[in-house]
Amino acid sequence: MIKLISVYKEYPRSGLALKNVSLHIRKGEFAFLTGPSGAGKSTILRLIHMTERPSEGEVRVSGFSSKQVKRRDIPQLRRRVGMVFQDFRLLRTRTAAENLAFAHEVTGGKRSEIKAKVQRLLAQVGLASRASAYPEELSGGEQQRIAIARALIHDPVILLADEPTGNLDERAANGVFDLIREINSVGTAVLIATHDLDLVRRFSQYRVLELADGAIVYDTLHSDGKQ
Amino acid sequence: MASSSIRGAIGALRRSPGLAVLSAVSIGLSLFVLGMFGLVTHNVDVNLRHIERRVEVVAYLRDDVSGQLLEVLQNDVRSFPEVSDLSHVSKFEAMRNAMQDLEEFREVFTDLEMNPLPASIEIQLKPEFRDPESVRRVAELVSLYPFVEDVQYGREWVEKIYRLRRVGGAVAAVLGTAFAIVASLIIGNTIRMAVLSRRDEITIMRLVGATDAFIRRPFLLEGLITGLGGGALALGLTYLTYLVMDGSLLELSWLPNLWAISGTLAGGALGLLASALALRRHLTTYV
Repeated sequence: MIKLISVYKEYPRSGLALKNVSLHIRKGEFAFLTGPSGAGKSTILRLIHMTERPSEGEVRVSGFSSKQVKRRDIPQLRRRVGMVFQDFRLLRTRTAAENLAFAHEVTGGKRSEIKAKVQRLLAQVGLASRASAYPEELSGGEQQRIAIARALIHDPVILLADEPTGNLDERAANGVFDLIREINSVGTAVLIATHDLDLVRRFSQYRVLELADGAIVYDTLHSDGKQ
Repeated sequence: MASSSIRGAIGALRRSPGLAVLSAVSIGLSLFVLGMFGLVTHNVDVNLRHIERRVEVVAYLRDDVSGQLLEVLQNDVRSFPEVSDLSHVSKFEAMRNAMQDLEEFREVFTDLEMNPLPASIEIQLKPEFRDPESVRRVAELVSLYPFVEDVQYGREWVEKIYRLRRVGGAVAAVLGTAFAIVASLIIGNTIRMAVLSRRDEITIMRLVGATDAFIRRPFLLEGLITGLGGGALALGLTYLTYLVMDGSLLELSWLPNLWAISGTLAGGALGLLASALALRRHLTTYV
């Protein structure tokens, strides 16, 4: 599903962000990516989303390889990989339903399908009654739910979340996290980048990958905990 | 696909009409400067052409030339590729013209016992042969006829007009290019602002997997519509200025239709081009 093979990522100004990172996330798996700020969590997510390419090594995502993928193929990859961020990234001039419809329409979705799809997604994230609300009229938790609904518009096989609860109070954060678990329960792989260790400890049944200084220093999947 | 691009473009224009109007006005004003320059250039050109039309070669004939030889000369000269028309001015007509044109000498002419003025033929040249070289060539050929006493064509004057037109053409080309570049830069920046104001939309489009072509199309269409609007505005403003100035300050002639249509279409093309460039930059900056 997702494979990083001996990946290095170097930026011209800040230097090495990832050093020899290898990891494998399987179909339907749920994993946390933890570590302090600047450890390289977001870089890994961007590499999987192919917003960036590795300086060395290879990233494989759902049949696409960073070594071969062409620019024109990347939109197809992104329809299989949903992504949400700490700051939600909703369009402020559009309602919740319009934000979802926009994502459907700009990826060539049929107009006749939009309404039903948007209603289904809004119901799935528990916001069927908030369809016509603008982002500023929604709470942080509600905005993140809409962002998650948008990420699900193409029924992705993987959901990437970059600090999805970072801007939320505990109650809203729990609600959003439960929603992500529900999504995972129907077969969507989930990779959450977070530095919220409380959250990680509470759900110790899930795999944890810990990053420090651009390298994976701990992986619960491996018996010795080290890679 | 195409209809969703049109919907996207119209939707964007509706959502931020202020910015769309601002872009169109900015394009319109930039092209208006170009339009005014075109109007001035066109009128200078029309006037110089008007003066140039008076370029002619006059061959003065000896008094003893027979009607037969005169006809030979006229037929010969008519067959020159440079010549568009010619007219014969008899001694009598020459005198009558002189008396009309030089009223102060009328009495002198009346007192004369014989007509000293020679008959002549006035040769008009085709527009493309009104340059000094062609005029001189025709004059030389005509002067070879033995019964042609003298040939005049105002050499200095012809050369001056010719030089003026050439310099004028070069100045117009340089200034026109400079104005067009300035207009393009202003239009480019205006459209870039419009694209930047919708950076969030582009980011979301990329995030959810919209193709580059899909992202580009509504922006290009929006650029085209805004550019055409600006072009039409520039044309309207130029025409308004023409109406105000014509007759009250100067006698002006309106731009040829081809110029007016090209100017408006140029607005659309510039809008399209500016959008394409702004997007290219944006799409490569934000993967």
